[in-house]
Amino acid sequence: MYVYDEHDRQLAAERVAQFRDQTERALAGELAEDEFLPLRLQNGLYVQRLAPMLRICVPYGMMRSDQLRRLARITRDYDKGYAHFTTRQNVQLNWPALEDVPDILAELAEVEMHANQTSGNCIRNTTTDQFSGVQSDEIADPRPYCEIIRQWSTFHPEFAFLPRKFKVAVNASEHTDRAAIQVHDIGLQMVRNEAGELGFRVHVGGGLGRTPMVGPVIREFLPELDLLTYLEAVLRVYNRYGRRDNKFKARIKILVKALTPEGFAQKVEAEWDHIKDSPTRLTREAVERIQGYFTEPDYATLENATDLLATQRFEHRGFDQWLIHNVDTHKKPGYAIVNLTMKKTGTPPGDVTDRQLEQIADLADEYSFGEIRVTHHQNVVLADVRQDQLLELWQAITPMGFGTANLNTLTDVICCPGGDFCALANAKSIPVAEAIQRKFDDLDYLYDLGNIDLNISGCMNACGHHHVGNIGVLGVDKKGEEFYQISLGGSSHHDASIGKILGPSFARNEMPEVIAKIIDVFVDKRTEEETFLDTYRRVGIDPFKERVYA
Amino acid sequence: MPNVIFRDGSIRQDNWVVVPRPTEGDSLDIPDDEPALIPADLWLAGYEHFTGREDIGVWFDSHDEPEILGGRVNEVPVIAVNFPKFSDGRGYSIARLLRERFGYVNELRAVGDVLLDQLQFMKRCGFDAYVLRADKDITKAERCLNFFSQGYQAATDTDIPLFRRRAS
Repeated sequence: MYVYDEHDRQLAAERVAQFRDQTERALAGELAEDEFLPLRLQNGLYVQRLAPMLRICVPYGMMRSDQLRRLARITRDYDKGYAHFTTRQNVQLNWPALEDVPDILAELAEVEMHANQTSGNCIRNTTTDQFSGVQSDEIADPRPYCEIIRQWSTFHPEFAFLPRKFKVAVNASEHTDRAAIQVHDIGLQMVRNEAGELGFRVHVGGGLGRTPMVGPVIREFLPELDLLTYLEAVLRVYNRYGRRDNKFKARIKILVKALTPEGFAQKVEAEWDHIKDSPTRLTREAVERIQGYFTEPDYATLENATDLLATQRFEHRGFDQWLIHNVDTHKKPGYAIVNLTMKKTGTPPGDVTDRQLEQIADLADEYSFGEIRVTHHQNVVLADVRQDQLLELWQAITPMGFGTANLNTLTDVICCPGGDFCALANAKSIPVAEAIQRKFDDLDYLYDLGNIDLNISGCMNACGHHHVGNIGVLGVDKKGEEFYQISLGGSSHHDASIGKILGPSFARNEMPEVIAKIIDVFVDKRTEEETFLDTYRRVGIDPFKERVYA
Repeated sequence: MPNVIFRDGSIRQDNWVVVPRPTEGDSLDIPDDEPALIPADLWLAGYEHFTGREDIGVWFDSHDEPEILGGRVNEVPVIAVNFPKFSDGRGYSIARLLRERFGYVNELRAVGDVLLDQLQFMKRCGFDAYVLRADKDITKAERCLNFFSQGYQAATDTDIPLFRRRAS
């Protein structure tokens, strides 16, 4: 994992001092609210429905145990003793006091954390696959490139006041896309060209929100070392020509659509021609230096523990189910990737208490070289667990509430904080998630249904990624009442697609029953091998419509 | 006379006047006794008359294209870029293009909705003079210009990004 050097530490300290100064000027009335707004947003601070909300950055989802413990302490000292994992691999506090935020940022800086650019019209946290570095079908470890992008985008002087927010995601797996790169402003797919050289396929202009779009490819192969100059060219074209007259048309996807992907690509190439050989061009040495922080941990030389696991699975049925659903294959023999689910029914998806943060830290130290990853599904990954310790780990996490073996099933809901917390929301989202989880409480039935992405957003801003849920739920406001619109057929994976709206919206209390009807149609129509998405793509939306609105 | 902050933090007064774009049918109203900044396209339109004059500079609005001046940038003593609203970030790109692409070496001045917390970005993008909005406390400018001792990226102020400095 990346470790700060004296430059990073100095910049982090200067940032805290700057925000302290800005906060003091805001509290003294020297900064108007609209002037303070982008400054606080770029330090992660929203003013929300009930209290400020602070979004803390977790670069590409990676954290060390000491950082988790510091977060736990911060939630106790400055908040109500809990935090929330977000859909962009970050962490949010729901109840900090505005005047405490500089102190919180100072505490974070001590453990090499920050809240830089987690909001505002700037380049946000770069996200990636939570299995980076431990999966076998990876072109290369994407995390060094995420870190390179993090450093380049941090306090970038030209791009601090873009037309709108800007999100970059990187994926390195050949077969799966856990980072949803095609619904990002820039999605970078790591590839090798025919000569075997490393590079990126560049998607630009994907996104959710009001106008959901799958990002078209604007460059098939970008050589690795050209990464930053090319990003700079894309951002410069966007900064200059993105719309600023209408907030809802200001994302880069609107510009790409207006110019056409080909026209946009031409503009970027023309700009890039001027700067591709500038000193911003990466050097082999610089890449290797960052790669040096992401070397393999000190793995033991092991065999796969196949026989041991077989015996243990036979003895513990729950362990067997957990292995099937929540544990993934590791590239090293004798190791496994463990997903801790933060989706226990009755707890808002992604919420963790201070004690749980410390428990996760202890688990990381005990079982996984002291590191964890946050996923965009709002779960937590222990990436390097010895297979012969899996049973012990499972027994440890079950009472903690992290062992619910529902990963990727219908009840592994992605859900924004919604109207319970967020000032932007039109409707609550957490109670909908909970009602659906309660309706589908039979794990065997969930396993039989297979992988289904159920994504819930409380408003058009789509923090719950509803457009790319196989089943998407969007909270809407109708004359002051909360209603929910359903879309079907979305996907955030390699086969990315935007869901189609089913029809008129529903009241909240109707939602579990409506979801049940949708699932019934799937069960009726599916063939043996099909997932929900496969069936939907084969039979179309009509059978679902007929059943739900019958 | 406006107070002007310079990139070293010093404050001086000068009398450069930003001449607004004339409405259709009107002509450019250049003051007789003060140096003037005129819209860049109008400077080009009157090129024969204006080029080389020490008392006539140009200004760009945030939606203007600095490309129109291209290789003639150094024929003006001052270029101003207008920030119609502080949150309009186009001026930063305009500044870098003027400096880095067209090699502009004379004074580059930020005008319009220029606030304290944007000065650091302006400085890095090549602005060397800032006309702070009148209601802001000019004594705090020097501090706000210098919150950061370095940056991660190359920009106009340094063409060596941190990753190259680390390597050496």
